[in-house]
Amino acid sequence: MGFLPTFGPAELLSQLIVGLSRAMILFVVCAGLSFVLGVLRVPNIAHGSLYMIGAFATYSFSKSLTGSAGFWLALLLAPLVVAFISLVAERALFRHLYQREHLMLLLFTFALALILGDLVKIVWGAEYRSVAAPDLLKGSISMLGSSFPRYNLFLIFIGLLVAIALWLFVNKTKMGKISRAAAVDRDMVGLLGINVSWVFAGAFVIGCCLAGLGGALVAPTVSITLGMDHTLIIEAFLIVTIGGLGNMWGALAGSLIFGVTQSLGVLFFPQFAIVFPYAAVVIVLLLRPKGLLKSVW
Amino acid sequence: MFRRIIHAKWPGFTIALFIILLLLPPLVPRFFIYILGLIYVTSLLAMSLNLVVGHGGMFQFHHAVFYGVGAYTIALLLTKTSWPMWVGFIAGPILAALVGLLIGWFCVRLTRLYFGMLQISLGSLIWAIVFRWYKFTGGDDGIHGVPMPGFLSSLNSSYYFILIILAGSLILLYLILKSPFGSTLQAIRDNPQRCEAVGINVRRHQLRAIVVATFFAGIAGVLFVVLERSVFPDLLFWVLSLEIFIMCLLGGWFTFAGPILGAAITVALRIFVGKYTEYWTLILGIILILLIFFLPEGVMGYFEGAFKTRTKKVAERGNP
Repeated sequence: MGFLPTFGPAELLSQLIVGLSRAMILFVVCAGLSFVLGVLRVPNIAHGSLYMIGAFATYSFSKSLTGSAGFWLALLLAPLVVAFISLVAERALFRHLYQREHLMLLLFTFALALILGDLVKIVWGAEYRSVAAPDLLKGSISMLGSSFPRYNLFLIFIGLLVAIALWLFVNKTKMGKISRAAAVDRDMVGLLGINVSWVFAGAFVIGCCLAGLGGALVAPTVSITLGMDHTLIIEAFLIVTIGGLGNMWGALAGSLIFGVTQSLGVLFFPQFAIVFPYAAVVIVLLLRPKGLLKSVW
Repeated sequence: MFRRIIHAKWPGFTIALFIILLLLPPLVPRFFIYILGLIYVTSLLAMSLNLVVGHGGMFQFHHAVFYGVGAYTIALLLTKTSWPMWVGFIAGPILAALVGLLIGWFCVRLTRLYFGMLQISLGSLIWAIVFRWYKFTGGDDGIHGVPMPGFLSSLNSSYYFILIILAGSLILLYLILKSPFGSTLQAIRDNPQRCEAVGINVRRHQLRAIVVATFFAGIAGVLFVVLERSVFPDLLFWVLSLEIFIMCLLGGWFTFAGPILGAAITVALRIFVGKYTEYWTLILGIILILLIFFLPEGVMGYFEGAFKTRTKKVAERGNP
C-alpha cells in the first residue's frame, strides 16, 4: 500500500469502466428513489428491499427459464414482480400516510423494509445465490490496449438508455407532466380534476420498478444475499441527497461520483476504497448543502 | 401541568423499581440477568438519542457511531495498552463526545434531512474505517475477550455496575432536560426561527446537545463492552442507528422515559420472539406499522396523552 500509485493508463481506464458500470446500477436504483422522493415526498427505505427482491427474482426466473432467453426474460419479469409488490404496498398502506411528517414516513418504510427482508428470507432462504450472465454478454472486448468485460459495457449502455427513457417520460408524456406538477403542488393538480391518488400510485410503482430493474441488472455481477439491501439503500440515499432531492440528473451525477470515487480509490488504497465515496459525499454536502442540482423540495 | 404532577409521582415508583431491580440477581436465572443488562445498555443509548431527537428535534440519523466509538475505545485500550483500566472507562465516553463534537460541528450547519444525511455519510466514514482496518480494529471480526477489572468479573457484578451507571446517567439526563438549557432545546425544536429571533444561538445549543448525547452514547458503549466483552463493526452500522430511532418512537419520543420502554420492548422482542422463530424482524415490522397507524405518539406517549387533553396534536408538530 504505497503512496506512489503504481498503475498505468490501462489500469486507470479499466477501473474507470468498472466504476462507470457500478455507477449505472446505482443510477437506475437512485433514479427510482429520487422519482418517488420528488413526486410523493416519501423517503422510501424499502427501496433497497425491492432492489434485493429484484435480484432474487432474477435468480429464480433465470434458473427456471433455462436457455439463453432466461436472463433476458428475467430482466423483464423481475421489475414486474417488484412493481406488483409495490402496487399492493402503496394501495394498502402508503396512501394513508402521505400527510404524515417525514420522520414517520421514514420509520414506516423502515418497518416495511424489515418485513420485506424477512419475507425474502422465507421465500429464498439465507444462502448465497448467483446468476450467470447470458452468453452474449460473457467474456470481454479488447479496446485501446486493454480489455473490458462485456457485461460492464452493457450496464453503461442500459444506464444511458434508462436516463433517456426517464427524461422522455418525465418531459414528453402526459403522465410525466402530471407527476411533475403533482410534485410541485398536489392540491392544485387535484383541483384540475386529476385523480392524484392514482398519479401517486403510478409514480410509486414506476420508481419501485426501477429498483427491481437495478436488482436484476446487478444480479450477474455480485453474489445475491440477504443484507444487500442495507448496503445499497444507504448509498442510494446519500446519492439522491448530494444530487438534489427529486432531481433525476442529480441522481446521475451523484451515482457517477459515488461509483467512480470508489473504483478509482481501489487504485490508491485498496483496503480503504469504501471510504472514498463517503468522503466525497461529505465534501459535496459541505460545499453545496442542498445538493449539486436543484432540489424539487 | 399534568407532566409536573406525573413526575412528582414518579420518584416513589422509580426508587421502588430501582430497588427491585437491585435485588433481582440472586433470584432470577442468569439468562434474565443478561437480558436485563442488555436492556439497560440499550435504554441508555436510546435515552441519549432521544435528547437530540425527541427533545432537540434534530435528525440524528447515525447515533450508533458514537456508541461504537465508546465501545471500541475501551476495548482497544484494554486489549492493546497496559494503561490502568479506569482510563478506558473514562476515555470511552470522552472520545465519543469528541467525535460527536467534530461530526456535530459540521452537521449543525445544515438542517433536517440534510443534517441527517451529512451525519450518515460522516458516520459511515468512521464505520468504513473500523470495518476495514484489520490490523488495528480487527475489521469485521471485531475484538473478542476484552479483559475486565476484577470487580466486574462475574455477570452479577457487571449487572450491578451497569444498573448503577444507568441510574446515575438517567438522573443527569433528567436534570439536563429540566435545566434552562433543556427548555431552550425544546423551544428550538418547536420553533427554531423564533428562538433565533429572541437571540438564542440555535447552532451552539444544538451542538452542545449533540455533545452531551454522544457522551452518554459513549457511556452506553462502555457498558456494552462490560456486558459482552467484545466489539464488532455492526455497533457502528446505520441499521443499529435506525433501530434506536425506532425505540424512541416505540416508547414515545416526546416523553422522558419512553425510550427505555421502547428499548425494553425491542430487546425483549428480539430475544423471546427470536427463540421461537428466526423471523423476529417481521414481527417487529408489523408491530411498528400498527403503531404508526394507531399510536403515533408511542406507547408511553399514548398513556400520558390519555390523561391529558392536548391542544395540539404532536403529530402536527415540526412539519417541514
